Amino acid sequence: MRTWNKIKTWPLLLPVLALILVMAVNIIHDAATGINPLSFFAVSFRDTTTNGTILYGRVIDIINRGSEIAILAIGMTLVVSASAGTDISVGSVMSLCASFMCMNLAGYGVSSTTTLAKPLIVGLLAAVVMGVVCGAFNGTLVAHLSIQPMVATLILYSAARAIGLLLCNDLIVYVRNPSFAFIGAFLGPIPTPIIITAICIIVVSIVLRKTALGMYIQSVGINAKASRIAGLNSKLLIFLAYMLCGVFASIAGIVASSRITSADSNNIGLYLEMDAILSVALGGNSLGGGKFNLAGSIIGAYTIQAITTTLYALGVSSIQAPVYKAVIVILIVVIEAPPFKAYVRKLSAARAAKGVKA
Amino acid sequence: MEENVLLTARGISMTFPGVKALDNVDFTLRKGEIHALMGENGAGKSTLIKCLTGINDFEEGEIHIQGIEGPVKNRSTRDAQNVGISTVYQEVNLCPNLSVAENLFIGREPLTKLHTIDRKSYNKRSAKIMDDLGISVDVTQNLENYSLAIQQMVAIARAVDMDCKVLILDEPTSSLDDEEVEKLFNLMRKLREKGVGIIFVTHFLEQVYAVCDRITVLRNGAFVGEYPIAELPRVKLVAAMMGKDLDDLAEIKKEQKDYSKEPMEISAKGLSHAGTIKPFDLDIHKGEVVGIGGLLGSGRSELARCIYGADKAQTGTLQINGETVKINQPIDAMNKGMGMLPDDRKAEGIIADLSVRENIILALQAKRGMFKLLSRAQQEEIADRYIDLVQIKTSSKDTLVKQLSGGNQQKVILARWLATNPDFLILDEPTRGIDVGTKSEIQKLIVKLAAEGKSVIFISSEIEEMLRTCSRMVIMRDGAKVGELDHDLSQENVMKAIAGGES
Repeated sequence: MRTWNKIKTWPLLLPVLALILVMAVNIIHDAATGINPLSFFAVSFRDTTTNGTILYGRVIDIINRGSEIAILAIGMTLVVSASAGTDISVGSVMSLCASFMCMNLAGYGVSSTTTLAKPLIVGLLAAVVMGVVCGAFNGTLVAHLSIQPMVATLILYSAARAIGLLLCNDLIVYVRNPSFAFIGAFLGPIPTPIIITAICIIVVSIVLRKTALGMYIQSVGINAKASRIAGLNSKLLIFLAYMLCGVFASIAGIVASSRITSADSNNIGLYLEMDAILSVALGGNSLGGGKFNLAGSIIGAYTIQAITTTLYALGVSSIQAPVYKAVIVILIVVIEAPPFKAYVRKLSAARAAKGVKA
Repeated sequence: MEENVLLTARGISMTFPGVKALDNVDFTLRKGEIHALMGENGAGKSTLIKCLTGINDFEEGEIHIQGIEGPVKNRSTRDAQNVGISTVYQEVNLCPNLSVAENLFIGREPLTKLHTIDRKSYNKRSAKIMDDLGISVDVTQNLENYSLAIQQMVAIARAVDMDCKVLILDEPTSSLDDEEVEKLFNLMRKLREKGVGIIFVTHFLEQVYAVCDRITVLRNGAFVGEYPIAELPRVKLVAAMMGKDLDDLAEIKKEQKDYSKEPMEISAKGLSHAGTIKPFDLDIHKGEVVGIGGLLGSGRSELARCIYGADKAQTGTLQINGETVKINQPIDAMNKGMGMLPDDRKAEGIIADLSVRENIILALQAKRGMFKLLSRAQQEEIADRYIDLVQIKTSSKDTLVKQLSGGNQQKVILARWLATNPDFLILDEPTRGIDVGTKSEIQKLIVKLAAEGKSVIFISSEIEEMLRTCSRMVIMRDGAKVGELDHDLSQENVMKAIAGGES
């Protein structure tokens, strides 16, 4: 009974349930079509001509493909918590960082290359620096000029892709170099994006555990005025959250760009800002700011990817997929909504009361 | 049910997680009476009111209302309004950017035949409503053009016009000055004549005696008793609220001592902040408690905020321990050993969604910096120590601070500053909205801090409180420091100084 109560108050309960729900759909579908119901979870080694022996399976695919959303979700969680707003520019910033990186790696005006014009590390650093600059720009507008987050980040949302195209001389720059392609491919049998995401999550978790950053950000998100009186630099913390969000967008941009070994300015990170925001919400975090749960956001990110992958597995075309995705998201969001939770609690209380009488 | 009884609540019980908030509470309201609901912070006054108005879902007990068969259970404030129970809170829940008339009729506008809003008729009706209640306002003006007192009266008028039989006033006078309070009381008396039953919740004892007919006292969620006003003199009321007989407040008296020989802690020269406070000089010695007196809005808080850097000083210099310092924001002041408990607890004090523990260690953690996180064990040790020291009533140190009663929230913020071990502490209205027992505890604490050699600025609307604890008083008027009193501290002298003119 006590463990049951513990489970009931576990903050990750609903995000995890949502993820399980999506998995269940897969299992039922597999069973109904006569495939082994557990094939969803099956992971096997497979030999490929390009990458050698790699891990293969639907779960691996979801975790791999969900990397960008998960990385974005980390930054988005901090931004939502600190400023009660969302950074809608992350998808575009991803693209801009990718363009800037590829411009550096290929050389300005070159549309396709197999040799790197500069060392790989310079390109990667260029992407991260661009992420910092974009994040700092957003952070300045929100923290120091008190512009509403949605409006402030709308600027880069619409401008960043165009700046990226400008940097690439209106070309899709291809960098077909194995050392670069490796980031979006495999490290041994494991997809590299999974490793990168894991490193991001571990680093952030350690920072949150070993420093007071998490408490500071939540405190500012709950009550910026009171936090200031208590000695926190509210503006700096909000600025920092946006800057970190920019950094994570750049990492996601590196991964996305490396997957397709190019800087496709118009397509990298397209609509991903919405997925990132949704991850935060699915993770049980209030978009009104304040307390946050990073693990929830990350589970939310993989839930979204699981939905997408499931739909493709079910044979839904990529054009129609958003419709089904919307239906599932509505369901999950309703389950997590406080009034719905209150309703469920009331029902179970009523049932308990009946049980006592009987 | 008796003929003239409007509302009875019998055996109301309600539990919050871990706390029995109400335990078998009775309450009876008669027609045409003003009934005070009294109790210390956390006694269950707000909880009971929320049960009556449908915000809280109580577990046991029944509420009966005159003219309605069977027990009434409100599920929302709207339900409550439908059975004739309306509430007016300290913070007015109206729209400041709409006219008085629009506010009176919002959601139930009179319509013309074409189903458009009939402005003419509602302006006329509004004027009549306000006239009947003896409130002189231009109903076509926006609500924000009127003082808080008038806004509250508009809220009351709205409730009365919606056929309310039971009017609940929850701390309506906290932000009003004496004259406004008197106006409000006149309105309450007028409503009493009309047969409205009024439940009046306040912390001001004198106001209870000025206007009420009957008192119900709660303590720790339990019903203590119901008394006609004449049978319960002040001392007995305090005793009933606290559960013991004592005149504790009188005991606190700081011994008079000359502090001018003590080393200087704070020395401000010509500090000012445009629009809030004119340049002022202020010296505070070690171990001294300096009170700041003045009317609300005279610049009392602003003076303190200017020293602390909550509002950055634009002119002048500040010396701490003889060293000139530059303070751009609160953390600079904290690093020099200052702390400030702000007057607006909700807006600038508590971090509502964080736990008691986190709220207590916040300032200390901010002082240590982001990279020197206090370990969980250290945090818990500090939280335990201060919960014990200032006697915070909480079910655990990991309870969210928003679940505590107002007085206990205030103690949490006090604990937050004590944990930083400040040399100089600014306490802005630390006792506002707090029950008598806690008030005396806080006053004692101030005297104790001073005895330990800490300097304190103490700001309060209650002059008696400052007279008891302060050795010197600074007088403010219209955003300027107009004088200091260091001997002959008496209520009369202070009042005269505040009022200004011939003294």
